[in-house]
Amino acid sequence: MTMPPRQGLYDPSREHDSCGVGFVVQIKNRKSHDIVEKGLQILRNLAHRGAVGADPTTGDGTGILIQLPDAFLRTEMHKQGVVLPPPGAYGVGQCFLPRQDETRALFVALIERLIAAEGQVVLGWRDVPVQSDVLGPYVRSLEPVMRQVFVGRGPATPDQNAFERKLFVIRKRIQVESHAIMREGSKTFYIPSFSSRTLVYKGMMLATQIGDYYRDLRDPRLVTALAMVHQRFSTNTFPSWRLAHPYRMICHNGEINTLRGNVNWMAARRHSMKSRALGADLDKLWPLIPDGQSDTACFDNALELLVQSGYSLAHAMMLLIPEAWAGNPLMDEQRRAFYEYHAAVMEPWDGPASMAFTDGRQIGATLDRNGLRPSRYVVTDDDMVVLASEAGVLDIPERKIVKKWRLQPGKMLLIDLEEGRIIDDGEIKARLAAAKPWGEWLKQSQIHLDALGEAPAGAASPRGSNWPLLDRQQAFGWTQEDRQFFLEPMIQEGDDPVGSMGTDTPLAVLSTRPRLLYTYFKQCFAQVTNPPIDSIREELVMSLVSMIGPRPNLLDVDSADQHLRLEVKQPILTDAELAKIRNIDKLTGAAFRTRTLDICWPAAEGAEGLEPALTALRAAAEQAVLAGDNILILSDRAAGPERIAMPALLATAAVHHHLIRKGLRTETGLVVETGEAREVHHMCVLAGYGAEAINPYLAFEVIEDLLAGLRGKVDRDKAFKNYVKALDKGILKVMSKMGISTYQSYCGAQIFDAVGLAGEFVAKYFAGTASAIEGAGLAEIAAETVERHRLAWGEAPHLKAMLDPGGEYALRLRGEAHVWSPDTIAKLQHAARGNSVAAYKEFSRLVNDQSERLMTLRGLFAFKPAENPIPLDEVEPAREIVKRFATGAMSFGSISREAHTTLAIAMNRIGAKSNTGEGGEEPDRFVPLANGDSMRSAIKQVASGRFGVTAEYLVNADELQIKMAQGAKPGEGGQLPGHKVVGQIAKTRHSTPGVGLISPPPHHDIYSIEDLAQLIHDLKNVNPQARISVKLVSEVGVGTVAAGVSKCRADHVTISGYEGGTGASPLTSLTHAGSPWEIGLAETQQTLVLNRLRGRIAVQVDGGFRTGRDVVVGALLGADEFGFATAPLIALGCIMMRKCHLNTCPVGVATQDPELRRRFAGQPEHVINYFFLVAEEIRELMAMLGFRRFADMVGRSDRLDMQRALGHWKAKGVDLGKLLHRPNMPTDVAIRNAESQDHGLERALDHHLIVQAAPALERREPVRIDIAVRNVNRTVGAMLSGEVAKRYGHAGLPDNTIQIRAAGTGGQSFGAFLARGVALDLAGVANDYVGKGLSGGRLTVRQPADCSIVAHDNILIGNTVLYGAIDGEAYFAGVAGERFAVRNSGAIAVVEGTGDHGCEYMTGGIVVVLGRTGRNFAAGMSGGIAYVLDHDGDFASRVNRTMVDLEPVKAESEPAPSDPRQDPLAHDAARLKLLIERHRLYTGSALARDVLARWTEFLPRFVKIVPTDYRRAIKAMQVPAAAE
Amino acid sequence: MGKPTGFMEIRRHDRPYAKTAERVTSYREFLKPLSDAELRDQGARCMDCGVPFCHNGCPVNNLIPDWNHLVYREDWRAALEALQSTNNFPEFTGRICPAPCEAACTLNINDDAVAIKTIECAVIDRGWQEGWIAPQPAARPSGKRVAIVGSGPAGLAAAQQLARTGHAVTVYEKHDRIGGLLRYGIPDFKMEKATIDRRVAQLVAEGVIFKTRVHVGHDLALKALVDGHDAVLLAGGAEAPRDLPVPGRDLAGVHFAMDYLTQQNRRVAGDAVPEAGAILAQGKRVVVLGGGDTGSDCIGTANRQGAAGIAQLEILPRPPDQEDKPLVWPYWPNKFRTSSSQEEGCERDFAVVTKGFEGVGGKVARLRAARVDWREGRMIERSGSEFALDADLVLLAMGFVHPVHEGMLSEESLGIGRDARGNVAADTTSYRTSNPKVFAAGDMRRGQSLVVWAIREGRQAARAIDLALTGRTDLPL
Repeated sequence: MTMPPRQGLYDPSREHDSCGVGFVVQIKNRKSHDIVEKGLQILRNLAHRGAVGADPTTGDGTGILIQLPDAFLRTEMHKQGVVLPPPGAYGVGQCFLPRQDETRALFVALIERLIAAEGQVVLGWRDVPVQSDVLGPYVRSLEPVMRQVFVGRGPATPDQNAFERKLFVIRKRIQVESHAIMREGSKTFYIPSFSSRTLVYKGMMLATQIGDYYRDLRDPRLVTALAMVHQRFSTNTFPSWRLAHPYRMICHNGEINTLRGNVNWMAARRHSMKSRALGADLDKLWPLIPDGQSDTACFDNALELLVQSGYSLAHAMMLLIPEAWAGNPLMDEQRRAFYEYHAAVMEPWDGPASMAFTDGRQIGATLDRNGLRPSRYVVTDDDMVVLASEAGVLDIPERKIVKKWRLQPGKMLLIDLEEGRIIDDGEIKARLAAAKPWGEWLKQSQIHLDALGEAPAGAASPRGSNWPLLDRQQAFGWTQEDRQFFLEPMIQEGDDPVGSMGTDTPLAVLSTRPRLLYTYFKQCFAQVTNPPIDSIREELVMSLVSMIGPRPNLLDVDSADQHLRLEVKQPILTDAELAKIRNIDKLTGAAFRTRTLDICWPAAEGAEGLEPALTALRAAAEQAVLAGDNILILSDRAAGPERIAMPALLATAAVHHHLIRKGLRTETGLVVETGEAREVHHMCVLAGYGAEAINPYLAFEVIEDLLAGLRGKVDRDKAFKNYVKALDKGILKVMSKMGISTYQSYCGAQIFDAVGLAGEFVAKYFAGTASAIEGAGLAEIAAETVERHRLAWGEAPHLKAMLDPGGEYALRLRGEAHVWSPDTIAKLQHAARGNSVAAYKEFSRLVNDQSERLMTLRGLFAFKPAENPIPLDEVEPAREIVKRFATGAMSFGSISREAHTTLAIAMNRIGAKSNTGEGGEEPDRFVPLANGDSMRSAIKQVASGRFGVTAEYLVNADELQIKMAQGAKPGEGGQLPGHKVVGQIAKTRHSTPGVGLISPPPHHDIYSIEDLAQLIHDLKNVNPQARISVKLVSEVGVGTVAAGVSKCRADHVTISGYEGGTGASPLTSLTHAGSPWEIGLAETQQTLVLNRLRGRIAVQVDGGFRTGRDVVVGALLGADEFGFATAPLIALGCIMMRKCHLNTCPVGVATQDPELRRRFAGQPEHVINYFFLVAEEIRELMAMLGFRRFADMVGRSDRLDMQRALGHWKAKGVDLGKLLHRPNMPTDVAIRNAESQDHGLERALDHHLIVQAAPALERREPVRIDIAVRNVNRTVGAMLSGEVAKRYGHAGLPDNTIQIRAAGTGGQSFGAFLARGVALDLAGVANDYVGKGLSGGRLTVRQPADCSIVAHDNILIGNTVLYGAIDGEAYFAGVAGERFAVRNSGAIAVVEGTGDHGCEYMTGGIVVVLGRTGRNFAAGMSGGIAYVLDHDGDFASRVNRTMVDLEPVKAESEPAPSDPRQDPLAHDAARLKLLIERHRLYTGSALARDVLARWTEFLPRFVKIVPTDYRRAIKAMQVPAAAE
Repeated sequence: MGKPTGFMEIRRHDRPYAKTAERVTSYREFLKPLSDAELRDQGARCMDCGVPFCHNGCPVNNLIPDWNHLVYREDWRAALEALQSTNNFPEFTGRICPAPCEAACTLNINDDAVAIKTIECAVIDRGWQEGWIAPQPAARPSGKRVAIVGSGPAGLAAAQQLARTGHAVTVYEKHDRIGGLLRYGIPDFKMEKATIDRRVAQLVAEGVIFKTRVHVGHDLALKALVDGHDAVLLAGGAEAPRDLPVPGRDLAGVHFAMDYLTQQNRRVAGDAVPEAGAILAQGKRVVVLGGGDTGSDCIGTANRQGAAGIAQLEILPRPPDQEDKPLVWPYWPNKFRTSSSQEEGCERDFAVVTKGFEGVGGKVARLRAARVDWREGRMIERSGSEFALDADLVLLAMGFVHPVHEGMLSEESLGIGRDARGNVAADTTSYRTSNPKVFAAGDMRRGQSLVVWAIREGRQAARAIDLALTGRTDLPL
């Protein structure tokens, strides 16, 4: 078995990988075998960034790319009697060939035939000697036959570049034609490299194995000047040889989020693409990007194409991964012009990326615009450059190092071996920016819509608009809620509206009401394998610029394309703007020609008319493009009683995909003019399926109508602006959820799962979109559309004067159905309060009874009863079953202390678990109450804000839950408004009362799967007894992520459904993001079982669990444990007001208002009663199903039956068969949690520290410890700190009790969660996450004595240092990477320079930067203060000033405060001096010495950064103090 | 959504009554409307609950949060639209509904409910006053004919819905005026009858034909109706009163409440009521048997007629002053209530069973009763607790058992099927009786109930009939 085929919900194309990447290069192109060995050494030292599968001898893949070793190959071939032509005149194809002789012969013949066909010469073959026995037996069973084919340059091929192009063409042809060979073993075939310059050795093995496996790599004759290496961490455990990196040109650590769109857009160019270099050969390359490859492989294909067409390597990389230019005021004009010009040439390949690339002559690396992957490099005095994901991968004597630096966001490092030098980012880009008159070309070709004159008067007479507004709204399915809940707040606030609690309405396909097509699409979001972005605080990387109209020829390298292109700043068009586009031929001298295509069809034709109308529309679009119309407007203005508008999304996707299939898509722009789209989600889906711009004309008319009712509170212009602004912000948020930064890449990227649409329908109109459960097809969608039309223009009395109520967001007669109804809530409350079996039965009947209302997917299942039911008294008792229950993560802050502690007491009494949620827990709750009750939450959540996450918090847990996403708003951060940050909440969160708190969308220490492994390792170190859990949200592909999570050694994974509740979330996310848990859970179970990873991880599911039946369905689909949130809250009195975000909860649950909190009437007994009633229902079902033990039920999906919704007009097509699939695995493969993870903690350095610190831990006696550290020693100090916190709480030990002196390279998370009393000093450098969660200890990192480079010009510590630090001090004598002190709550830190986003989201503490900072300093900073030494006087331009003020630091006479934290609004100079003195004292910093020596000279150059809210809050607190 | 913090800032304030001394002097309504500003404030108390319990507490599912919000926003016209989209006759319910919506209001958990009924009444009264309420005749006739038997709230609601969607509707009423129980059962001081006339005029303008003094089953055979129409809706009342078969029941001066109330309503309407059969309370010691709404109406009427004294006896024990809210809300609570009529003066006694009547000269003079205890739903007479009460007029207000079976519903008629309780059998989806062309709604189908339930059933039955006649329906739920 290699990668298993698609089955059930498992789809191999969703596999993710990530990894360690690196290269070593001799700048002067001096080749040696030493480089190979160094490459292999890097791999060994990055081993922890890779992963091992179920079998410890199976790695995820590793590889090395070197220059073609001519001398070695020459001798080797000579042995066969083959004399190779001179270097450059021959190439080598490294081949993975099938083991089956016959099959292999077919491939060999194919290769030889195509080499000849392209006019080149087959010189011979070489068997690559391998040592197979180093491989594990599993991998070995799949090992290919390794051979190299030698190709001589043909006589008609003029030079090496032309030869490389030919080799490229040959390889592509082999690849295309190889698919025809369908024999046993065919799938093994693959060509890792095929070049006259480079050679790739790679395979499915551990980093430590590759050097032994390929004997060539041990051969001293094998020499190269560069080695590019890669260690893979994939989410699966299937041996796949081909998926190892490097690819032909690149190694990648990261993920391309926009892949689907990028691949589509490449295909869409077919018609317009022409290459002078490749000429007619271009046609042989199709498909340019074959299906079913990894994102990296696709990227590699694109890069190769660009380079072979004549782009330089650097130019091609800048085209594919441009730095953020649109919002960067610091970028020079020429460079901006370069990027803007190229923006129209190609959409960015967007996503986190550390990409190393080479063509054998140059080698380089670049980072994505946001810098979401680490890359550190050193330059030595003997012309060597070593770059890797971590520092310390090669032991290089400090004295030999001349430079230590890192790749910065969007920046490139390039080494030209032929020129023998490093070309830095500035030079490369300046050279390219000056190479052509981009600016001029732009001026000639780029038209900004804003700059166009007004359309001729009367030109935009919209047809059809004479019909009454009410009828037209109805025809497009508008409801009262659209107006009241969406448009009204949008025009008033300019924001996407917010709501609370989850959604409990049926999926669109299960609804009896006609639903808009948009609602069948669920937004995808980033979790674990790539981070979401904060589109607000990190606005600088975001762009809504959209290009409308034809794209230039991608491969036209040198000349300005004749095509004009139209740019809009954002994609939502007003009517006036659309009028300009419609008349653009007149405004641009006919450079553009617009064609409006009517997307309505005759009402008389009824539902049957839709399909022919779509066919005609597609044909009309194709005709128009071929006729030269280069902007198509799809319009439903003609809708009226006689004309039915197609769903605009369907029309858009149909035309978009049709034009892609015809290779015509880039020859035209696609603009949608529709009365249907109105909310953010609608715009996003339209964009996702190809709309470059959208004119929601009816929304604008409705706004005008609304303005009348608002009585002049908002004027028309403001209302329009606010509406567009709200949409724009919402679109940015939806994009950023997936980690996508630019609209151009988002457009056509199809970042959605279809839920409830027929596969055939999706394949035809939305090709490439996942659809797990089948469902409605064109006929049903047509029927819905016709029904809307009929109601709009018909006689229904209740629609004559008003819109349909909607009822999506609040229950209404005639509106959408809700599971939580007055009756279900009342019955549940009566059952819980009265411990009433009768009331509970009514409740569960109402929820479970699906005969009339189909509400959920689980409702569609039926149980298969056992032939012999079991007597109820033989079934596991309820008291055991309830231990599998947990309450949901609800923070103290989102709900009241009363509600929070009641839940905890209840769960502790029954041996189940409650969850702190994000926001810490008051330490008084760690101590049991006198009556034996405990308010301590068993589960402590670790969320992106890290509020209150101290070592003490972590050790007081049975389970630590890493919240990757939340069902109600996956991919988003959160915000606790200042008015909720009161008293105890502020204290628990270690923040300032009255100052709002922001949780970032991503965990800034989890940008990838290997980062997650690191955080799991960190938490396990602090509290080795706790289970580590990872909370994911259901979406297609979540199973693959869960497999990765299991490989990251999490003990527990939670799959949350989209129904889950929330205190506050944009309505867009609440309803449209994430999938039902049934799909995600089933996929998780199937993928884990297939990967043999299920046994070692417990699976929990949550999101809308209400009854015992829900639990049993969950268990049968594969869950061990179950989370409930809304239901126990209702048991405590919640009545689903959905007003949590307003702080007006009238029953005291979700409010901090003291008056309202007094109304809380919940008791622990209510929760306990409820859970026992649920458990009894489960027992009855178990008896019926014949299960005595709950565990026996887990994963038994064979006991579920699909109860097809045959009677339902829409849902009859739903097919849950894929959810019920059980992988065919041997019986010894676990299908439920049965073993535990090996965390490898025994290797932790901390064991030694703990032993040596025993006197301190036991008797508070001071100790001193000396140790050596390497990059593989991760999380140093955390386990020791856990021991301190367990014994002494957050107060810890007296300062300096445990002094540790370390030397070497600190691995990741050096000094994480360091407790008070521990002082950890490192001479050397350290990697990412230094001082994460610092909990009172003191950390110093400084250069070793034998290092002579200038400390403050060199990198010292990695990215995301002091993330979530609570307290303590840190001194760093050197430069830090990106996001220094992100989410710092209280630590004091001094550093000598930082990367981008310094002090982001900081809420407390003090940061001193004695050097240059990167951009976006202080974004989202709401508390604490910072001082920056502004050497060059340009610091202000790099600050995000949204929330902070800049002030000079005045020399003042005040004495230094005894505690530097005292009164942050005063004592500035004295405090600053005190801290710099400490910095000098602890690190011996030369810079500090210098600054202090010339204090009066330096002092005026310091700038103080104070958040405005923080200052206001501090002043407010000082007033009463002063009054006393 | 009202005002988010309105409920924390504003107290409940409801329509006040005129003073007792003043109101018992006439049969006019005595509720005093609130001012616009007061109404706006009361609307602001609505929290626009995510799950509006009021909306389900209300049998017609009034869009209560919507019109509360609109009144707060002072958009009365839109509030009226919303109100009329669920309730054909808010002016009836705004006056006489016991307002289960207010019991279900989430503020009723730990605060005072929003004054929903008052706001409802204000919205509809405003609509009439402003002339916003106009007939809505159908755009085109459907060609189908529907007969409705009974012109109470169920029949009227069904008639209006069916007429508006184009069916030719004829309503048959046995009395001489339209309105059924609304007209004859409810005293004018609770609802003045011009309110009904105004609606009837609207229905007539919408094409409904009313035929009064036609007692189907007596004057006209049901079969004839069925043969002459595409559908027939039985929307009569549950008019068979619960009797008290005890010694002395046949004495003069012992009457069914409805006979008493009907007479007074006729008098107020200006009809002549013959001296001979007149039932009047003036100067009499009145005993009302039964503690429900009908009993209260008797008390209010008797006080207005100048009774010498009124006693009200209830067989069930005195309800608790406060319900066990955690186990009852949002449902209708059983608790001790004092109606406006009871407030006007009467003695109330509970857990009392009437053993018999004694008379003088064939006229009732005394009532014998005993105290009872209730154990697990069973009544046990307390030995030695018998007592006597002077009574010149005894009014039996102990509810109704089912519709009258004689005549239209008899075996000799079409033999329409009945349920175990003796009501016409039909479900609440199709509202169809055992005869496929015959439908039933309101008290005749569900047994005695509230006006608002009758309106709901009338509307829903109309929808079911429309669906049955045309294969589809746009009539709203």
